[in-house]
Amino acid sequence: MDILVYLENNNGKIHRISLEAVAAAQSLGSELGQSVGAIAIGEGAEILGAQASGLDIAEVLTVSGDQLNTYSADGYSAALAQIIESESPQYVFAGHSYQVRDFMPRVSAKMGIPFLSDNIAVRVENGFPLYTKQVFHAKLAADVTASSSPCIVSFQSAAFSSDAIESGTAAVRSVNVTLSDSDVRTSSEEPFQESEGGVDLSSADIIVAVGRGIGKEENLPMVEDLANALGAEIASSRPIVDSGWYEPFRQIGSSGQTVAPKLYIALGISGAIQHVVGMKGSKNVIAINKDPGAPIFELADFGVEGDILEIIPKLTEAINNAKS
Amino acid sequence: MKIAVLIKQVPGSDSPLRLNPAGDWIDENVVAYEMNESDSYALEEAMQINERSGGGEVVAVCMGPDRVQKIIREALAKGADRAIHIKENDHGETDPLVIAKVLSEAVKSEEFDLVLSGLQSDDLGMGQTGVLIGEMLGMATATLVMATEIQDRNIKVKRELEAGWFQWVTLPLPASLAIQSGLNQVRYPSLKGIMGAKKKEIKVVEKSDLNGGDSKQSLTNLHIPKAEKRTEMISGEADQSVGRLVEVLKSELRVL
Repeated sequence: MDILVYLENNNGKIHRISLEAVAAAQSLGSELGQSVGAIAIGEGAEILGAQASGLDIAEVLTVSGDQLNTYSADGYSAALAQIIESESPQYVFAGHSYQVRDFMPRVSAKMGIPFLSDNIAVRVENGFPLYTKQVFHAKLAADVTASSSPCIVSFQSAAFSSDAIESGTAAVRSVNVTLSDSDVRTSSEEPFQESEGGVDLSSADIIVAVGRGIGKEENLPMVEDLANALGAEIASSRPIVDSGWYEPFRQIGSSGQTVAPKLYIALGISGAIQHVVGMKGSKNVIAINKDPGAPIFELADFGVEGDILEIIPKLTEAINNAKS
Repeated sequence: MKIAVLIKQVPGSDSPLRLNPAGDWIDENVVAYEMNESDSYALEEAMQINERSGGGEVVAVCMGPDRVQKIIREALAKGADRAIHIKENDHGETDPLVIAKVLSEAVKSEEFDLVLSGLQSDDLGMGQTGVLIGEMLGMATATLVMATEIQDRNIKVKRELEAGWFQWVTLPLPASLAIQSGLNQVRYPSLKGIMGAKKKEIKVVEKSDLNGGDSKQSLTNLHIPKAEKRTEMISGEADQSVGRLVEVLKSELRVL
């Protein structure tokens, strides 16, 4: 095959972000007249292979072995490098997940092939794909191209829709790699959660989210007053959780929750990619920020340029007056 | 432990940012540069590892033009023992494989026990350098590191997984770790530290003397992205903005 997509195992299912990468591969493949295949690695590879056999791709490869039963950057990178060697795809596509960030650079360095990471789009010019990447806090974008083949390309969460995926039938083929126990130097314990979510943000109609712009912890009660006035749940960007001001379950973004409320009010949140991937499905977005160049305004339906510390109390009062 | 910390100078999150007149890079004249956020956590973690394990050396390694001396001084003032500055003449290489190769060449002979880097840079955000260097130097690697514990000739790290999950992973030394922001409390330089930094060694190496190999990916057509949505911008006095917002909440979004 020409485009090989890495399928990540997310609790026995193909990770959503991998399906988005399949959609990207199908779209590019049909434009360039190239075939698409997929690869699943590890203990659940056959289960994922069976799931992927219902996709409109040429074939699904599965690889397993003692050294691949649990995930390790050493094992997975060695296995994938051997498969790229033997199957000779021109492109290796993947979702830009935490696991892919952890092992894919090793494949790149092992083989001396470029890894074009965290792209949000692909288009074809003169027969060659150009990828779009957000840079400088997403305030700017750039085109990224590979000048050697094969290359590895990862896509940001929600860059493509998994709804766009074409169904069909794909043959499943088990492939072998040669690994020894000494190839895997690390050992890992069972994954765990630190705090159980106290609120289910994913079912909230209105979310009031607060970021670094709030300045200090003493300012948080004004956010809580606004949320109460609107009957909203409170969420935050990562710096607020890192400062210990809110519990981790309130964090929205790549390392927190993904939400899609009817209304998302972003207060003093600049709109870093890591936050945006967790909220860009919101139906309506109001953003208040003192920096008119903040990337959050790109996704906002209504943007207020101003000081949240001045606006929040006035807004709460005006909402309470409007209700009474 | 002998620890290398890779630090990068990037535009601060509140810095003005615009394209240069040629349109091929940012206008560096208006940018307020600072140490990349996750790199400052990596530096702090390196110092804490040595404080916990009874000593060692922390070496700040930084690539870039002369302007990056500012964050090198900052790292030395905070407590790094010495620094290596890999000097470039322009704004810098953008291919992660070349960058990692140059950095590997620069640190190879030092035989570090640990290489610490920030998870990703806030400018280009390739998010690969620490892992690439680990592979190039034959080290075990871990990313998204949220805690570290030295155990004899191993290091145990708490890795962040997705959706609020974590995992402890044990790696043999030497190892390269990509550090996630927020794992510690970053210290400020003391006056004594600032004074002492002036006497610390900064070894300058020309990037052109290190073989990074050919560039295999390029970044072009830097541009301001088109807005994804039509945004109604509300500006002016706070009272006016609030008035318009309440109208929006009431009649357009119907949430009041």
